[in-house]
Amino acid sequence: MLINRKEVEQIAVLAKLAVSESEIEAVTHSLGSVVEMINHISEVNTDAIKPMANPMDVVQRLRADKVTETSNKPQLLAMAPNADEDYYLVPTVVE
Amino acid sequence: MSKQKYETVIGLEIHTQLKTKSKLFAATDTTYGASPNSQVSFLEAAIPGQLPVFNEKVLRYAIRFGLAVGAKVIAKESRFDRKNYFYPDSPKGYQITQLHHPIVEHGSLTIEDANGNSKLIRINRAHIEEDAGKSIHTKYADYSGIDLNRCGTPLIEIVSEPDMSNAKEAVAYMKEIHSIVTHLGICDGNLQEGSFRCDANVSIRPVGQKELGTRTELKNINSFRFVEKAINLEVKRQIKRVEAGNKVVQETRLYDAEKHETRSMRSKEEANDYRYFPDPDLLPVVIDQAYIDNEKKYIPEFPAKKILRYLNEFDLTEDDAKAIAHDKNLSLFFDETVKLLKKATAKTCANRLLADVSSLAKSHNATVSDKIISAEQFSELLEAQATGIISHKIAKVILEQLWDSQLSVKEIIEKEGLAQVSDSGELEAIIEVLIKTNQNQFQEYKEGNMKMFNFFVGQVMKQTKGRANPAEVKLILEKL
Repeated sequence: MLINRKEVEQIAVLAKLAVSESEIEAVTHSLGSVVEMINHISEVNTDAIKPMANPMDVVQRLRADKVTETSNKPQLLAMAPNADEDYYLVPTVVE
Repeated sequence: MSKQKYETVIGLEIHTQLKTKSKLFAATDTTYGASPNSQVSFLEAAIPGQLPVFNEKVLRYAIRFGLAVGAKVIAKESRFDRKNYFYPDSPKGYQITQLHHPIVEHGSLTIEDANGNSKLIRINRAHIEEDAGKSIHTKYADYSGIDLNRCGTPLIEIVSEPDMSNAKEAVAYMKEIHSIVTHLGICDGNLQEGSFRCDANVSIRPVGQKELGTRTELKNINSFRFVEKAINLEVKRQIKRVEAGNKVVQETRLYDAEKHETRSMRSKEEANDYRYFPDPDLLPVVIDQAYIDNEKKYIPEFPAKKILRYLNEFDLTEDDAKAIAHDKNLSLFFDETVKLLKKATAKTCANRLLADVSSLAKSHNATVSDKIISAEQFSELLEAQATGIISHKIAKVILEQLWDSQLSVKEIIEKEGLAQVSDSGELEAIIEVLIKTNQNQFQEYKEGNMKMFNFFVGQVMKQTKGRANPAEVKLILEKL
């Protein structure tokens, strides 16, 4: 296996995804096959190849510093599982 | 005094909020203090299908910073990476930043160390990234409230090399960066509103040891004073640990100004796996040398250069030159006023600006830079005194009236009858009356009691409400 159960659990914690006990084995297997596919790259000689950030041969377009967006406050707040008239409400996070 | 056993090594990461109208990747308003969540586009709310579009102003501001600190690298090709972490004030689950190809690398600046010598502090890099929203913990009992207005506001994070050896140097460096970004006009520098924030990496090592000790990162330091306090506290804590035979643990610590302590932020440690990767939504930012050169015209005269000019051209004292040059608005006001002067000197201007105008501003809970007095008014006032129309004392009175007034100095002098009395006839008449009513004192004066000389000068001043020309009064009295 290219990826183990513990790693899957760790990734799930970082990604805030709930992976149930019954799913773990299947997820470990399918993630493992993704890693296997990607690993083929390490077999290829890439010495003369420039790292590529994007498959398209274009560069970033720039935007003028102007405000054109208007407030979406009511629509966005309405989409949240919990909100009052001003804030999104989430379980307490305090340092 | 016992020889110091440990030396301190400090590096700073300064988050500078850029003064743009719109956000880094969306055309959303960035104005501070708006009602919660009223400045949030679908992008900042992480609604699927939104794409970031890079704000050119941010690129140009970052280049200007690079030019200002003499950066060896201003990247012709820079890129964006995703830093993945989960926190409610960042809905998309990652921050867009520049890990591998930052826009600015290898700059430097100089500060003054404890012995007054200049010391070079190297800047490792300055990269572009987005700010997060804010969590409100005090308003609700069982929840945290999230305000996404700040989410996506452009920042440059300025990372120093670990070149500072004590808290004072760290403060001097932070102040120098603050001065640079505010003089450039790329950041408003407002520490209270969080536009300029600092994290400090602090470690200690036995004197003479080459390798760096284990560092801790201090977060949440929002004033120059707190940087000094937090670092000194942390150094003490680390020494105490090491002396007790313990190791310093690499961790993030929160500075608590109220409790006067630093404490571990354990939550930060758990998630310390950011899984950086190139942001597939953004393309490489490619610019040419001409583009970089074009920004050079926006680099202003910096304080160090300005101080030299003030010393050489205007003969200001070093303290005055420094005080004016380090405050951008004050120096603009000074330069503007000096241009209008004819007889009055720049030296007097500096003097009055730092003494009279500053204390007046203070009494109004304002700063000179609020521009409640115009350079025209101020220069007129200095000229009026230089040409003998008014005394310094009256100048102060007029200054107070100029505050918040559209009147010219001339208008106030006329309206209030404040012009200096130099007319010897008028002054002689006043003195004659004084002699009559104070015959004993006059006798004593004639007998050579110089105290009485001052008594008569004082009385004339009192009668003319300070408007008498003292030189003229002296002449008349001496002739008697």
